[in-house]
Amino acid sequence: MIVFENVEYVYPNGFKALRGVNLEIESGEIVALMGENGAGKTTLLKHLNGLLKPFSGRVLVDGVDTRRTTVASLSRKVGIVFQNAEEMFFSPTIYEEIAFALNNFRYPEDVIQKRVGWALKFMELEEYRDKSPFLLSGGEKKRLALAIILAWSPEVVALDEPTVGQDILQKEKMIQIIRQANQQGKTIIISSHDVEFIADIKPRIILMSKGRIVKDGPAEEVLTDIPLLQECSLLPPQIVSLTSRLDFLGIRPKLAGPEEIAVEIARRLK
Amino acid sequence: MTIIKSSNLWFKYSGSSEWAIREVNIEINEGEFVVLAGRSGCGKSTLMRCFNGLIPHFYEGEMIGKVEVCGLDTRENPTYILSQYAGMVFQNPDNQLFALTVEADIAFALENLSIPKEEIRERVDWALRVMGIEELRDKSSLELSGGQKQKVAIASILAMRPQILLLDEPTSSLDPFSAKQLIDTIISLNQKYKITILIAEHRLDLLLPYASRMIVIDDGRIVLDGKPREVLDKHDVMPYGVSVPRIVKVATQLKKSLGYSFNHVVPLSVEEFVEILRRWRN
Repeated sequence: MIVFENVEYVYPNGFKALRGVNLEIESGEIVALMGENGAGKTTLLKHLNGLLKPFSGRVLVDGVDTRRTTVASLSRKVGIVFQNAEEMFFSPTIYEEIAFALNNFRYPEDVIQKRVGWALKFMELEEYRDKSPFLLSGGEKKRLALAIILAWSPEVVALDEPTVGQDILQKEKMIQIIRQANQQGKTIIISSHDVEFIADIKPRIILMSKGRIVKDGPAEEVLTDIPLLQECSLLPPQIVSLTSRLDFLGIRPKLAGPEEIAVEIARRLK
Repeated sequence: MTIIKSSNLWFKYSGSSEWAIREVNIEINEGEFVVLAGRSGCGKSTLMRCFNGLIPHFYEGEMIGKVEVCGLDTRENPTYILSQYAGMVFQNPDNQLFALTVEADIAFALENLSIPKEEIRERVDWALRVMGIEELRDKSSLELSGGQKQKVAIASILAMRPQILLLDEPTSSLDPFSAKQLIDTIISLNQKYKITILIAEHRLDLLLPYASRMIVIDDGRIVLDGKPREVLDKHDVMPYGVSVPRIVKVATQLKKSLGYSFNHVVPLSVEEFVEILRRWRN
């Protein structure tokens, strides 16, 4: 379980990125952090494994205060896939790229082989095993970045803007992977301003603005609150924009798939 | 009038065994607003690079066929000439900005073309005004938000007074609100200043209502080309990795399984869809 107690963080240049964040995330949840660029999403993520430590307040990961432990030990529990993770690849082969962290954690060779093999399979990257990471396409690089983290099997997987530069097929694949990892018991925390992507996952949403949490609730509730989304520089999902203007058919603002909305419109048109 | 023309264009990057562009024949007219769609890696970026001379002058590889931009053969004209006709905006504005102030960034390319000082000033003023960022003139690019940086990057291209603007996923790192603002500005460049726009973008919901043409590319080939409404009414573009706006999916579903064709008018904006439903009900 992750707990933020009144967390404040100020960058060295004086920018107050977090202004009193209180938050509890249970194990096994899927949570989305949403908000405009600069709202504090990435700063919050970096507190999960102790890369940043609170200026005041505290962050507890399974009861351990992040200030009283090391990034190396927290990383075993919380793996973060950063937005530009693919810019950090350096190994000659994809196999070695995934094995690197496992070597650092001093796993025995046979365990490393097994885990890398599993991660390659899970991310559908097996055929590239001995290729250079730089030869992968954008979508494959994103999957490799996630494979690296999943290989050491942290309980919590955090993803920073996983859909930037991804096309719709890659986004669908990402959703499938997130669901599977969650079913295997992983807690998933996604920072994203991709409203349609988050609408498809329908997670608990923590909406941030200017370093504060302004709303915390189920996707159906947060993503249909159009005035609040606009305050946070987010546009509502297109389905919500549509259904919020179908009063005359007796339809209420709603988050649902296109098929469901089509059936409802057809029923009301009859 | 034709402003971009490619005839039997093929391109293969050096070191690659696959053709990135295959047999592209295209004519784009002055003033068009063209959306290029297709999965990542389909050839959208490569095609745009062919239109401002980065291919064949910067990227090495094998090019077959011919591209003419504003009547200039791209093989025979260097990029510094071509970029005055077709300017390119990339995904990440950080890669395009480097000067101490916004004004200096916008003036940089013009200084290199040894344009007279007075004209540089006029063009910079114009570019700032057109992009609606006059108040940023003296700022450092380090102080800007992502959306502002992208507007400065576009202003620095516009200062070259190109007739064509090529934009490669310009909103991909922006939050939705900044993305919408940027797209609204791009629309005004087309409508008010008659600049021909070619844009590769995944956020089709914001673009399609204003686009005059939609070109779907798959595996280096043009597979669909037409007015967005017609392309979306007649074809299922999902398999090509095109993110079909959700309202188009609702309308398609209503047509396919529920029998409402709405006289084959595919709604491209929420407003339009609401209007169609209102009329249908009455």
